Amino acid sequence: MITATATKKETKNYLNAESGLKSWLLTQDHKRIAILYLIAVTAFFIVGGLMAVLIRLELATPAGDLLDSNTYNKVFTMHGVVMIFFFLIPSIPAILGNFLLPLMIGAKDLAFPRINLLSWYVYMLGGCFGVFVLITGGVDTGWTFYTPFSTTYSNGYVVMTAMAAFINGFSSILTGLNFIVTVHRMRAPGLTWFRLPLFVWAHYATSVIMILGTPVIAVTLFLLMLERGLHIGFFDPAYGGDPVLFQHLFWFYSHPAVYIMILPSMGVISEVVSTFCSKKPFGYTFIAFSSVAIAVFGFLVWGHHLYVSSQSAYAGMVFSILSYIVAIPSAIKIFNWAATMFKGSVRLETPMLYALGFMGLFTVGGLTGLFLAAMGLDVHLTDTYFVVAHFHYVMVGGAIMGYMAGIHFWWPKMTGRMYPEVWSKVAAGLTFIGFNLTFFPQFILGYMGMPRRYHVYPPEFQVFNVLSSAGASILGLGYLIPGIYLIWSLKYGKLAGPNPWGATGLEWQTASPPPTENFEITPVVTTEAYEYTPQILAMIDSSPTQTTKEVTHVG
Amino acid sequence: MANEPAVALHEAGHTGAHAHPGYGEVRHHFESYAQQKDASTIGMWVFLLTELMFFGGMFMAYFVYRQWYPDAFASASLKTNLWLGAFNTTVLICSSLTMAMAVHSASTGKRLLLVGFLIATLVLGSAFLGVKAYEYHDKWVHHEIPGEHYECEGCVDAGHTSLFFALYFGMTGLHASHMIIGAFILLVLIWQSYKGKFSAKWYTPIELFGLYWHFVDIVWIFLFPLLYLIDRSGKGGIH
Ligand SMILES: [Cu+2]
Repeated sequence: MITATATKKETKNYLNAESGLKSWLLTQDHKRIAILYLIAVTAFFIVGGLMAVLIRLELATPAGDLLDSNTYNKVFTMHGVVMIFFFLIPSIPAILGNFLLPLMIGAKDLAFPRINLLSWYVYMLGGCFGVFVLITGGVDTGWTFYTPFSTTYSNGYVVMTAMAAFINGFSSILTGLNFIVTVHRMRAPGLTWFRLPLFVWAHYATSVIMILGTPVIAVTLFLLMLERGLHIGFFDPAYGGDPVLFQHLFWFYSHPAVYIMILPSMGVISEVVSTFCSKKPFGYTFIAFSSVAIAVFGFLVWGHHLYVSSQSAYAGMVFSILSYIVAIPSAIKIFNWAATMFKGSVRLETPMLYALGFMGLFTVGGLTGLFLAAMGLDVHLTDTYFVVAHFHYVMVGGAIMGYMAGIHFWWPKMTGRMYPEVWSKVAAGLTFIGFNLTFFPQFILGYMGMPRRYHVYPPEFQVFNVLSSAGASILGLGYLIPGIYLIWSLKYGKLAGPNPWGATGLEWQTASPPPTENFEITPVVTTEAYEYTPQILAMIDSSPTQTTKEVTHVG
Repeated sequence: MANEPAVALHEAGHTGAHAHPGYGEVRHHFESYAQQKDASTIGMWVFLLTELMFFGGMFMAYFVYRQWYPDAFASASLKTNLWLGAFNTTVLICSSLTMAMAVHSASTGKRLLLVGFLIATLVLGSAFLGVKAYEYHDKWVHHEIPGEHYECEGCVDAGHTSLFFALYFGMTGLHASHMIIGAFILLVLIWQSYKGKFSAKWYTPIELFGLYWHFVDIVWIFLFPLLYLIDRSGKGGIH
């Protein structure tokens, strides 16, 4: 292979190195596994999205004319379960993280390629359970599975759904384990911790949450299954148990889990902002450590979900203060990104548009989170649409915006093709407008007192619900268009060079798409991260994809 | 890792695994044997951290309920069989010893001794599982399994004693499932050791399995006093 000719080396990449279904299903190449995840995760996103369509259609009118209450309960439950466990949690780590982590640190693969493939199969097995529940009649507990409703009264497939989430958890544990070992032991020579891209820091912090938090939800769901299936009771008062214990155990994972969903997105934004401002991120060390701080403090705030669940007021106060503290590292990131853009010449390419969307929407989501972390105000807002709006601002406006930014940013690297510029900007704009129209009215609805999880509501709430449903259709279009042009670009997109954006990461120094072994020669790192050399800046200047000519003031 | 050879592999476009005499296989994406071994070891410790949190959730539930219902827990605990529990504890500690000896035999390259100690570990582990199965059966006969037919004769605060037994079965069941998985891995390792797959230079799987086995033992070291010994010195006494 060393003697292969130069021309042959250029054409061989991970996509055409081998062919046939078997070469994909048994692959140990992290890049191919990332593609497997991309396909599966997208399928679940469509399923979860269809559930959202049903919800918004039903809520367009005050009466329950499309779905009866029982079906509505099942629809919003499946929306939550699918979107959280099968889309948001694996989305960025398992697709972009899998693809990029070894490339970014100059490694040939993750530390454990077979475990990586196993994680995909575990994910698919969990997915099979989820799809089985969906087809055979669903479950109506909400994605939170609160006891004793879930263990005693619910008439859906609780055990099956819990099993789906339980199995899926092991997939994310395996991914987290792989990432941690990879970052510790697979870095290229010269690549010290403080030369790592911020994307890698974010994924390292995420992995810590995955390996420490996920087993707790696993054991909680295990106890839930024992109680529901075998009547070995832990939480139901009928067996002497306490349902609040379930809530503690559940949120001990599920609050940190929102950081599993948002931290990787923040990693994407750091890369995108730096690249499209052609500047080293302002306060690199602060951004890196804020990821770690979020991972640590994220474990200490779960009690803010239990203000109205008989938790003591003193415990509530402590959890409230800690929840305010966890806002600090998130704010540090936002301020640092803004400072990076300050006086830079910002190129408004599609990934950057999504990144700007992320910054605005995540800020709204984060600040409204503080409303909910305030004990007194939360009593008014608990279980209203305010919570729904807050959560979607963080998860859809934050996590999915970051995911879309990342997919657009690294699409040329993953496929070797550019997507159509105009359409992608239209889609980014539609997503932003549609998103705000969908979810901002829900803040108002929640503040007015509309409870969540009901399929009927008083007529005075209709205006805002119609706005929300209208926004949802625009948002849907914003997701549909990329689905079409990204597939189109696989065949018809312009060929992307190794580094179409003028970015500095190691992943941009190898071919697009990369060869199976990632690098022809193991790279040796001699500079800090984000060194925008004159050559890179000159390349940006002459690049046809740029939208502005003023690229030269670099701080 | 001073004792490792510096087997650096920088060939461009290198695919597939390669073997070094006595070192097992260095997989293609590692630069050296030392890096591979390091990665596996860290991976195992990270996995054990995960396991710690996995059991941790149940220990948390145990501590909360025992704090709330000390009398129910004390009286239900007396229904466990102290002698079988103590016997099993001894058996497991012995199996940890044989496992440690197995790792030592592997590191000194004594193949038959390695096979022997692994078999001893498997026998002790199976003995533990056998006794556990007998205890479960005994609980079944006496209706001490929580659920529809549950009863706790002569228990204080009987309404909350089923929590104790729910945790008893949850915790020991989870522990036993780890033992069962361990036993199957042991079978594979015994076969591989017999076939001479390991050498004094390379025995990483034995070493890593040793970590796993000791971890499972340590969990039991905590479970035994928490489940069997709550009130043995009090009015219940030893019986
Ligand atoms: Cu929370």
